[in-house]
Amino acid sequence: MAAPLLRVEDLHKSFGSLEVLKGVSMTLERGHKTAVIGPSGCGKSTMLRCINFLETPSRGRIYLDGERFGEKEADGAVRPMTEKELARQRAHVGMVFQGFYLWPHLTARDNVAIAPMRVRGMDRAEAHALADTMLAKVHMSHKADEYPERLSGGQQQRVAIARALAQEPKLLLFDEPTSALDPELVGEVLKVIHELADEGRSMVLVTHEIRFARDVADWVLFMGDGDIVEEGPPDAVIGQPRHERTRAFLRQILQH
Amino acid sequence: MLEQIYDLGGPLLLGAVTTVQITLAALVVAIVLGLGLALLKLSRLRLVHWLIDIYVEVFRNTPVLAQLFLIYFGLAYVGFKVASFPAAVIGLGLNGGAILTEVFRAGFAAIHHGQREAALAVGMTPWESMRHIILPQTWRITLPPLGNYAIALLKDTAVVSAIAAPEIMFYARNLVTSTFETTLVYVLAALLYFALSFPLARLVEHFERRQRAWL
Amino acid sequence: MSGFLAVYAEHWSSWWPQIAVATWNTVLLTVFSFALAVAIGILLALGKLSPLRLVRALCTAYIEVARGVPALAILFLIYFGLVPLGIVLDAFVAAVVGLGMSAGGYIAEVFRAGIQAIHRGQREAALAVGMTPAQSFRFIILPQAVQIVLPPLLNMLIILLKDTSICSLISTPELMLRAKDLAMMSFLPMHLFLLAAVIYFLLAWPLSLIARRVEARLRRGLRAASP
Repeated sequence: MAAPLLRVEDLHKSFGSLEVLKGVSMTLERGHKTAVIGPSGCGKSTMLRCINFLETPSRGRIYLDGERFGEKEADGAVRPMTEKELARQRAHVGMVFQGFYLWPHLTARDNVAIAPMRVRGMDRAEAHALADTMLAKVHMSHKADEYPERLSGGQQQRVAIARALAQEPKLLLFDEPTSALDPELVGEVLKVIHELADEGRSMVLVTHEIRFARDVADWVLFMGDGDIVEEGPPDAVIGQPRHERTRAFLRQILQH
Repeated sequence: MLEQIYDLGGPLLLGAVTTVQITLAALVVAIVLGLGLALLKLSRLRLVHWLIDIYVEVFRNTPVLAQLFLIYFGLAYVGFKVASFPAAVIGLGLNGGAILTEVFRAGFAAIHHGQREAALAVGMTPWESMRHIILPQTWRITLPPLGNYAIALLKDTAVVSAIAAPEIMFYARNLVTSTFETTLVYVLAALLYFALSFPLARLVEHFERRQRAWL
Repeated sequence: MSGFLAVYAEHWSSWWPQIAVATWNTVLLTVFSFALAVAIGILLALGKLSPLRLVRALCTAYIEVARGVPALAILFLIYFGLVPLGIVLDAFVAAVVGLGMSAGGYIAEVFRAGIQAIHRGQREAALAVGMTPAQSFRFIILPQAVQIVLPPLLNMLIILLKDTSICSLISTPELMLRAKDLAMMSFLPMHLFLLAAVIYFLLAWPLSLIARRVEARLRRGLRAASP
């Protein structure tokens, strides 16, 4: 049996004296989708950002497809990776941010095509073709030549998803992808994520959209104060939570 | 060496007093002009806008020195003699008025129009809304650019030495002619300006930081 | 009024050649000191990002002094004040160095603010797609920073153009000095200073208009870029 796609072991992260992650561990099999839910400040975004080393863990190990992420094991010693090595690894992990962070000086197509061109060395025609395919996937072909300033939040986020897909990544990380969107724009983004999930993509989805998480995920983690409080299949964690904290959180958030 | 500094320092400090006087006087003129014209620009008359724009464009696109020479030498030629100090204050004041008109205009614009509407809705006249709601907030917004202008003004006073106003550079040049301590005199003059502008710069920084928090 | 303008017609043939040369010197002076100021500004801005505390402190000190001392005082120091120390500079060179060093302090702050204005999320997104920090700087940060600093840089250019007039006080052969000399010789200060003012206006105003246009276009673009 193949190794899990993602393995997070005993992840700790402190910012100064504030300990945000207190020893989190999880695994993700290829083709599976894990949703992470929890109150603000529980560390779920931090955990996501540690996976692709946008934050450096204080302690713990990340493994992507069996390979140590962010650090190099050599001759029994462990050293941090150089920027080049890290960049190469990150290219295999697609990340979608709450704030979309499209690059304003590039059109939608160029936003998607620039990494294939500059990071993977594709020529312009190839990269543009790839970008167009990805934009079609997120139903944004008609806006390929627009600049981000002319796009709504939902449209920008979909372009951001296309940008991540263009990396042809092994793993997709979603950091509260709809939290910054006006309510009427949330649906179009969730639809795209759902389609990606149905395709069999591996993803870790941090979200406040509980009903969506229950629908899409095959595993749910509920985090609180830097720890995993409860985890299991969606129907268990969301449908019949065992812990009072989980119940309290779900009660509060499902009222909206 | 120290006695030298002491001897040279005296006249330079005298000049500094004039520098500060000119700066304050011109600042007042500039603020009155700038605020007044910014208020006038709220009018819908295109002629008013036009005239004010001409004033602003002319004074912002010509050097202060040219403006000072015109007031000091030019007016004398047509029979209107202006002494150095008043010429300096008027010249710098007119120049500053052009800059501050835009500063205040931006300050008014930064206050959401909804606040003015709310003021009218509770029964204030436009003038009262300006007096009680808009202007008090404009102060807070315009303090940093005003402060930065004040610092620039302080430095611009150096130029009025060219029309014989007895400020720092004027005394410095005289000192050099009489003592030949060229390097020391000009270094001291520079330090003196720095000593005057440094606290102002810190003050402006303080207001900028407070403003970021307030916004 | 016609009498006023008649004076110009009378003196034009003797004034114009001298004024033209002086105006050209003003333009050269502006361009050279601007180039120097940009070079110094970039170095200072990078210096402020240096990991070495001493370098950062020196750069900060330079910027503070350059922004706190009048350009005229710096010009006097360079042109007159260095002579006893054996450094005698030509008036034009002293003018370029003085204005350049003074403006360099301001431009450093413009660059620093420009780079900081770009939301750090964009850098993170660049890293997330697999770019190295160098690549993210080259393809994402720098192109935008250049756009952001363009208006303040243009404004600095206009300020430098106006400040060249101050160099007349250290006898640099530019427009203001020529106007003053001619005014003293012909006893026509009003006409000559007015002429000088008009020439400065004709040089500066188009730049102002361009700067404003660039600024307006930029504000629209950056406003929608981050939520």
